[in-house]
Order: sequence, then structure tokens, then C-alpha cells
Amino acid sequence: MKIPFTLPRQFWFAVFGIALLGAFVWVAMKSGPLASIKVTVTQVAKGEVSPALFGIGTVEARRAYLIGPTAAGRVKRVLVDVGDMVKAGQLLAEMEPVDLDARVSSASAAIARAKSAIAAAQAQVTDAKSRQALAASEARRFADLGQKGFVSSSVVEGKLQQQQSADAQLAAAESALASARQDMTRLNAEREGVQQQRMNIRLEAPADGVITARDAEPGSTVIAGQAVFKMQEPNSLWVSVRLDQERSAGLRLGLPAVINLRSNPGAALAGKVVRIEPVSDSVTEERIAQVAFDRVPPGVSSGEMAEVTLHPPTVTDALLITNASLRYRGAQAGVWLRVNGKLRFTPVKVGATGLDGKVQIVEGLKAGDEIVVYSERALKDDSRIKVVSSLGSK
Amino acid sequence: MISLAGRDILHSWGKFVLTGLGLGLLIGVTLTMAGVYRGMVDDAQVLLNNSGADLWVVQKDTQGPYAESSSIRDDVHRGLLGMPGVAQAANVTYLTMQVRKGNTDVRAMVVGFEPGQPGEPSYLVAGRRITRSHYEAVADVNTGFALGDRIRIRRHDYTVVGLTRRMVSSGGDPMVFIPLKDAQEAQFLKDNDAIVNERARTTANPALNRPGVPGLLDAINASQTSNHNVNAVLVRVKAGYAPEAVAQEIRRWKHLQAFTRAQMEEILIAKLIATAAKQIGMFLVILAIVSAAIVAFIIYTMTLGKIREIAVLKLIGTHNRTIAAMILQQALGLGLIGFVVGKIAATIWAPAFPKYVLLLPGDSARGFVIVMLVCVLASTLAIRAALRVDPATAIGG
Repeated sequence: MKIPFTLPRQFWFAVFGIALLGAFVWVAMKSGPLASIKVTVTQVAKGEVSPALFGIGTVEARRAYLIGPTAAGRVKRVLVDVGDMVKAGQLLAEMEPVDLDARVSSASAAIARAKSAIAAAQAQVTDAKSRQALAASEARRFADLGQKGFVSSSVVEGKLQQQQSADAQLAAAESALASARQDMTRLNAEREGVQQQRMNIRLEAPADGVITARDAEPGSTVIAGQAVFKMQEPNSLWVSVRLDQERSAGLRLGLPAVINLRSNPGAALAGKVVRIEPVSDSVTEERIAQVAFDRVPPGVSSGEMAEVTLHPPTVTDALLITNASLRYRGAQAGVWLRVNGKLRFTPVKVGATGLDGKVQIVEGLKAGDEIVVYSERALKDDSRIKVVSSLGSK
Repeated sequence: MISLAGRDILHSWGKFVLTGLGLGLLIGVTLTMAGVYRGMVDDAQVLLNNSGADLWVVQKDTQGPYAESSSIRDDVHRGLLGMPGVAQAANVTYLTMQVRKGNTDVRAMVVGFEPGQPGEPSYLVAGRRITRSHYEAVADVNTGFALGDRIRIRRHDYTVVGLTRRMVSSGGDPMVFIPLKDAQEAQFLKDNDAIVNERARTTANPALNRPGVPGLLDAINASQTSNHNVNAVLVRVKAGYAPEAVAQEIRRWKHLQAFTRAQMEEILIAKLIATAAKQIGMFLVILAIVSAAIVAFIIYTMTLGKIREIAVLKLIGTHNRTIAAMILQQALGLGLIGFVVGKIAATIWAPAFPKYVLLLPGDSARGFVIVMLVCVLASTLAIRAALRVDPATAIGG
């Protein structure tokens, strides 16, 4: 086959030259300072934003107890182990009584002795009473005889003195009896005290709960206040959550919360804020709040990490943009507004922020404004842009 | 008047174009090599630009945070905020590490930043900014992560919520941005085995585990695992203040090192990438010399190839000037085609390089002038040979 006509060499050379020139121009436009920056734009629209606060917390027990002796001593026996469920009042451990039992019997013996002392004092009172009665009757009789002149007055005075002496002896015997009774009361109280101490070395559960630590074994010596057991009430478990101060606006009591435990991140557990600590951590710049489970999940361990999301009320009818559009010029937040194909940096004031990236604009934009969302490079006022639907991965 | 050069080129235009293409590829390689060097410098500059800072405050007597390691307390920035001329001060951590990605890992620089402060990625190409204060990440597209991917850094999984572009370390490693507190933990927190071992070691120390002081051991263990260090504080200077003046105040009163933008650039470019840049520069010089030599030889042999035709021209009484102009024009034409092809080739293959290749228009212009000069020089050799030819060879030869 033969081509009906042949094109001149000039033609092919010209084609090559034009192709080369075209490619060069294309390359120059595609890269380098002449190239335009690819951006995506969107229109500001009204909508609703669900602000959310996000924090990390650990599961803790609201009521946890350290159980230990009030005086230094040696542990005698330990009856429960970690994980055991205990009832309020149940005996958990006992300290070595050392001399407490001996002191109780000593106190009992002292009380028995005091009882004898009371009996003796009572006998003395009886004796004094009978002496006093005899002295009184004799004194009356001699006073009669004295008036009639049968005995001398000195004898009468002697009998009167005997009567007074017997009165005084009775009073002394009565107060000795009272003293013996008071001694008895004191000794009873002492014995009571020693018995209380004896009871105090029994370590009992203050509430229903579960033992979380067993820190001393029989034979070990603990000081006053040192824990032998730690226990907590399992149904009082809550999450102590730390929220970045910067993102804690809107934190208040009763906010509904979603709790994701690290052991089961898929399960969203419901809860709510039950306590907000008035002092925030100044070192980590975090606020601390406690979130209670609506229903404590079975098998949750205290000390476990949890992610907590709090949901303040939804803001409706708000001007919304995505936070990817927000740019910072120095400390000033703003967006790139596209007006008639030109870019303009517009400062904005930001309101509520949702975890999905939606941001409420309080000031600076109006509905229908076209703003830049993504850009290939940092934008400047005189940047040439090319609007595309989405930026590729490269 | 007819163009002798044009006629000659058209006479064997296929050969001419192919020679030009070959030459162009060689020039393309040279331009790319220059682009690799510029890319290295640009990586360093882009790192400084992206941090958005005027001053870098680091540990005293170090040149951190990029060139040396630096560690300062994270409450230092509060003191800095109180200094005159400081508009913003933000903690930042940098840690270059292998980030797990499926079964492999990618080398990335993990940056811990505070939202809305210097150090944050200034623009995104997809997704959104970080909204949770923990366990979210923004990654450079070069890491290969996609939106929604889970990244494992130390013991925590991070969800990629945004993608950015051209956020690289001075070594060209793409960046992964995570919240500052997580980054502090990632940088300084040990693995579980190490923590358990450390606890056991502390427990075994009788000075720290004293029977009469319950709670002491717990307190020591807690203080061992917490961390309040960062690598640097990025400072933005108020309008109207000279960065160097503010830096001097910080050096003098805060006992910290402060670098201005110019000093940081000096550290990065003159010190950090100096050896690598010299290596590339050396290679670039050799490549340029080799390219020039090849261009010269091609033009010389091209001229020698048509020495008989030149002899004929001389025989029919053509001026020497006309012959010289023809050879010069051909050489320049070849250079032009070569340069254009080289520029196109370099632009096309530049994005395929794993590290950034920056083709500066200034470099291209310089390259163009050099190519043309080399062509002129090479054609003088060829012209000398052509003019010395004896017209008799046209008939005698």
C-alpha cells in the first residue's frame, strides 16, 4: 500500500516543535510559581452541631476503704482474700491481742476485789449504825438521870460526846461505802475499755464490698493506720475523667455521658456527670469530673482506662463550617472566603464545636458564603486557585 | 536568503530530533539532581514554615529540637507568655519513629501539638482537624495512611481523622500529628515490661520502700511514670517586636536557648543537612561536567559527520562566517530541544521520587544559560574543525 501523498518534512518537524512547546507550557503551568493551588470549596450553611467534650478517665470506686488497726501490732490471722465479697460487720482479720486478755482478767479480778470492799464497807456502816443507836439511847438515859440529879453532869457530857463520836463514825463508814462503790464503777469502766480494745483488734468490714488488696499476712507487724486490707463497694464504681481545660466549656452536673472502657471499646455505656471537682489540675491543665455508670457493667475493674464523651445540648440553627476550613493568621482564626473568584482572609469567631469537626460560626460569615475547605498548599492573598471536587492523595 | 542550518536540520531531522531527545534526558537528570538538592533545603524550610513560629525555645546549650535533642519542662511556656513581646507560646514535641502500619511500619516524625497554637498543621487536604484531646491523628499523605486508619504508636491506637501535605521533617520523613499529651506519653513512657521491672527495682531499694512510711513507694512509683517534658516551645512574637530582641531576653532571663527563624535555618541547612547536601552537590557538579562534555562531543561528531558537505560548501565559495553560523545555529537548536525535553522529563518524573524534588524556575533559567554556553563552546571546537577542512576533500576524498 502506498500513501497517496507524502507530507513534507517541514510539517513533521513543525508538529514536533509545537508538541514540544505545548508540553513545555503545560509543565510550566502545572508546577512552579505559575501553577495554581488546587482547593475545594463549600458553602456555609445552617444546621445543628452537637458539641461534645471528650476526656480520658480511670475507673475508680466512689467508696473505697483502707482497713487497718488503730494501734501498732502483729497480725494474728487473716480470714479473707482479694476478690472475696464481704458483708458489713464480717470479721476480716484479727490482730495479736498481746496482753489485752490478761488486762481484761486483771480488771475482772479488781472488780471482784472491789465488790468485797463494798461488802466490808457495808458491814462497817451497819456496825457504826448499831453503835450510834446504843450511844444515842445511853445519852438520852443519862441526860434524864442527870436532870434528876442521880449522876454528875460530867458523866452526862461524856455520854453525849460518845453519841456524837458514834454519829461521826457512821458518817465515815457511809462515805467509805460510797467510795468503794465509785471504785467499782471505775473498775467496771476500765474493764469495759480493755474489752473494747480487745474488740478493736478484730478488723471488720465497714460495708458490703469486695476485697481489693491484702497487704499483710499473719505474723507481719503493721503500724497504726497501715492498711491490712483495701476494699471497695463494687456498685459505687465511677469514672474519674480528666478533660482538657481548653475544651471543658459546658461541663456541668447531670450531663449525659458515653463511656467506652478500654477492655471493651466497642460497647458504649451510658452514664452521667455526678460530680465536678471545683479544683482543676494546674499542672496538666485539666478539669476533673466524676461520671457514674447508669448501670455498673459486670466485670469492670477499677483502675481501668475509659474514654468518656459528654454531650452538652445540641445547638440548632447555627452557621456551620468544618474545622478543616479554619486557618490561623497569628492567633487570629479565620477562613478563606472566595468572592468573585478572588480569595480573602476573613476573621471569624467560633462557637460550639462538635466531635465530628463541625464548628459553629458566631461572627464573620453569613449563610451562602463560599469558603475554602482543603488546599494543596498554604494560601496567600494573591494565590491563584483552582477549584476541584476533591484533592487526590498526592 | 536560505537558512543553511534549517535546510541541514530538515535534511536529517529524525536524527537531529533523536539526538536532541537523548541530550534532553541527560539534561533532565542534571536538573533533577539540582531539584533533589533544592528539595532537601526546601524540606528544612517547610519544617520551619509549618511550625508557624518566630522563635524556637529549647534547652540551654543545645541546638534542638531538630538538630539535637532538647528537653524542657512543659510549664516553661507559661513563663514565656509573661515576657514582653511574646504573643503565643506553645509546647511541642518531635519524635522520629517507626509507626506501625498493618504488617509493616513507616518512618515518620510524630509531632505533639496543641490545637490552635503554633505547631499545628496549617492546612489539610482531606478530613478534619483533631477535635478530641486524645487518640486522634492528622497524617501527611506521604505516610500512606488514609482517613479512618488506625495507627499504633506505643501502646495506644490513634484514628487518622485528617490528611495534610508537605509536612515533613528536615530529613524528609512525613509527619504524624497527635495531641501533645499523648505525644509526651509516647516519647517518654516505657513499655509495660520496663515499667513493671522499674517498679520491682524501686520496691527492692530499702531506702525507697521503708516499712515505717506507708505510701512512700506508691508515690515514688507514680512520679516515675509521669512525664512533664517537651522538646521545645514555639513562640510567636507580637507585632512590632524584633524576634532577636525577644530571643535575647529569653536567653538572658529564662536560662533557655532561643533561636530566631534565621538562626534555625542556619542550623538546619548549614549543619543538619550539610553533609548530605555536599554529597548531592558534588554529584551535581560531576553530572554537569559530564553532561557538558557529552553535549560537546555530540556537536563535534555531528559536525565531523558532515565534513564532506562542508568541504563542498567551501568549494563553491561559501563564506567561513556562513558555515560557522550554520554550525552554531544547529548547536543552539540542539541545546534548546535538549533543555525543553529535559525540563519536561524532570517535571514528569519528579513527583515519583520518594523525597521531595523541587524544580526552581531560577535553576531552570540557570540551566538554560549553561546549556547554551556549553553549546556555544562546543560549537567553537566544531567550527575550528570545519574551517580547517580542505575544500579538496570534497572531490579528492
